[in-house]
Amino acid sequence: MDFNDTPQEAEFRAKCRAWLDANAELKTKKTNSTKNMNVGNKSLLEAAAEWQKKKYDAGWAMIHWPKEFGGIGATPIERIIWAQEESKFNVPKGVYEIGLGMAGPVMMEYATDEQKERYLPPMAEGKEIWCQLFSEPSAGSDVAGLRSKAVQDGENWIVNGQKVWTSGAHFSDYGILVVRHDPGLEKHKGLTFFFVDMKSPGIEVKPIKQLTGGSSFNEVYFNDVVIPDSQRLGEIGDGWKVAITTLMNERLAVGDADGVDANEAFELAKKHDKDGEQLIDNNAVRESIADWYCEASGLKNTKLRTMSALSRGDTPGPEASITKIVSANKLQAIGNFGMDSSDMSGMLMDEESDFIKFQMAWMGAAGLRIAGGTDEILKNIIAERVLGLPQEARADKGLAFKDIPSGS
Amino acid sequence: MNLDFSDDQKLLQEEAKKFLTKEDALKINRAVMDSDKTYDQDLWNKIVELGWTGIRIPEEYQGLGLSHLELCVIAEELGRQLAPVPFSSSVYLFTETLIEFGSEEQKQSILPKLVTGDVIGTLAIAETNSAPTINNISVELKDGKLSGTKIAVPDAEVATHAVVVAKNGDSVSLCVADLNSDDVDITVQRNIDESRGYYSVSFNDANAEIIGDEESGWSNLEKIMDHAAVLFSFEQIGGAQASLDMANTYAKERYAFGRPIGSFQSMKHKLADMYVALTLAKSNSFYGAWALSSNAAELPTAAATARVSATKAFQLCSQENIQTHGGNGFTWEYDCHMFYKRSKVLSLNLGSLPSWREKLIKSLEQANIKL
Repeated sequence: MDFNDTPQEAEFRAKCRAWLDANAELKTKKTNSTKNMNVGNKSLLEAAAEWQKKKYDAGWAMIHWPKEFGGIGATPIERIIWAQEESKFNVPKGVYEIGLGMAGPVMMEYATDEQKERYLPPMAEGKEIWCQLFSEPSAGSDVAGLRSKAVQDGENWIVNGQKVWTSGAHFSDYGILVVRHDPGLEKHKGLTFFFVDMKSPGIEVKPIKQLTGGSSFNEVYFNDVVIPDSQRLGEIGDGWKVAITTLMNERLAVGDADGVDANEAFELAKKHDKDGEQLIDNNAVRESIADWYCEASGLKNTKLRTMSALSRGDTPGPEASITKIVSANKLQAIGNFGMDSSDMSGMLMDEESDFIKFQMAWMGAAGLRIAGGTDEILKNIIAERVLGLPQEARADKGLAFKDIPSGS
Repeated sequence: MNLDFSDDQKLLQEEAKKFLTKEDALKINRAVMDSDKTYDQDLWNKIVELGWTGIRIPEEYQGLGLSHLELCVIAEELGRQLAPVPFSSSVYLFTETLIEFGSEEQKQSILPKLVTGDVIGTLAIAETNSAPTINNISVELKDGKLSGTKIAVPDAEVATHAVVVAKNGDSVSLCVADLNSDDVDITVQRNIDESRGYYSVSFNDANAEIIGDEESGWSNLEKIMDHAAVLFSFEQIGGAQASLDMANTYAKERYAFGRPIGSFQSMKHKLADMYVALTLAKSNSFYGAWALSSNAAELPTAAATARVSATKAFQLCSQENIQTHGGNGFTWEYDCHMFYKRSKVLSLNLGSLPSWREKLIKSLEQANIKL
């Protein structure tokens, strides 16, 4: 056992590092925060575009992609090494992840050669931003229950309906889209997958104000939107199969919850006191921090086990499936603890104070426990895919979609 | 990056698993529970023959001269099948102390006999109903003679020797005593796990020999506890995995309301929670194994982290395995209770969960370690 790179990995890491050193600034304690994209935050968009282009020109944008689309055919472990090194630098985040992480793989697998040539390089270069249009007001965890309609009309499809929780729709150029082409078929069989130009007539994007006050998600309305059949990905009726490709990628992409962790809780507990007794001397506080530390350490070492398998060239086990459940719940608990540490004034927010990170963690965690698969759905996935337990008996099995009870 | 066991170590683990399955260790454990025995002599003899007691003992003392990592994979299998043998007492506690702190003479006289099984060791710490500390040890070593009573000493009946934590003037020392001496009285103590033996051991001016620096007994003990915490954490993840596997099998086979109970979300989420706890524990135990085998400065933190996670995982998995089995889980006939009881014994033997959480926070305070 060791935590060292192999000689090849070390060489690759040094190469990553050398380029990053020359082109970006290392994070300092002050800059060590993840900026979320906000509606209207043009400066972040510009900064992100500039960084993406810089990476693309030097071959670092999508290193695991084949050469012809701007990658270098990097191995999975090299991809992780690059991400580890890049994360040490103060570079813009949150604009391209969805497109590159979810639309990219689907286009790679299902688009025609001409389409790949046309769309993948600008996606990698950051010239064109992509979003994902899956969830709907009545289809969240049960995303296959979506109702947006596509009707074939010669060489085109006419799409009507509403999507929701679409990150970055307001600045995206293209989107990947699942819609229902036949409500007379069973739920999963009546779906078809497309990509769509977000500037198409009939598409309207409205931001959703979140409980944090920010807006990183949107509602997207489709009103007689025309999509050419050539933009269909997969066969008619294969929409679910294609969507699963991206959902699997989403589960990997929405990984560790960023934010305060056991270390920050520990530092905070050393700062606060009550009648001269430091919070860190309180047994209940010590026990909570010990448990959070064990969870954080468990996640870190789980990741290292996954990396070890990749480093050997093996397929990792299912262990990484625990990441989001554990980290989002831990984040919520630590955010809560942070505010409790200030007792009666714990609710007061001060933009200038470091303390606000606990409040933001507490608010953000409420969303993280839902985004990219709720705790409950992720537990179902562990139970069914990892432990092999049978599926829940379903009230919609064998029914035409139009006959499924919907409560409305 | 290699936070995993080597192919050779995995092969050893596979062989250990096959051996214990062939011997039907779980059934042997049940037989021990149903008798007044506290271990199985025949299984123990076979384990000694396989050389497992000498895994960590250097070749110059007739051992196999392998590392802690080989011991970890064996521990996981012993834990998975609840093998009722004095392995943990003799190997994780006694042998580790000898290897770490024994004088050359002590090593030469004892280590080869641990390999052959002529010596079986244990460790005697507790004396009262409170957690042992450097201040409340009253068994005393004076002029080479031990006096006083230890309680909850594992495997003391089958053990020939014990490392004893004793007050020695103003400090605490570790010393080795011969348990077969006429000056030592051993009485069995009833405990929650009928497949394990715990004893009170009274020393009546019994001969004992100091092991390690006589003034560093307590810190040496803490080091051995860190070693043992990692090794026991592998027994715990083995037991937790076995409990989860049992629950999983049962949830697929047992029908209620016309369908397998494993198809209900409440059951799926329960089993997913077990899997999450086990995965965290396993990853932390691997980290502990790395720290132990490389004698890293992080060992106290890594050991406490492995201990806390593995204790939580085994207790959760064994308790929810009973719950998954419903009324059957509460019977003597089903195996669930054997894991439930073992999980509690293993959560106490080196000190309770709260004690180890406290150790973890202390180690973070001292080392200022960051994740």
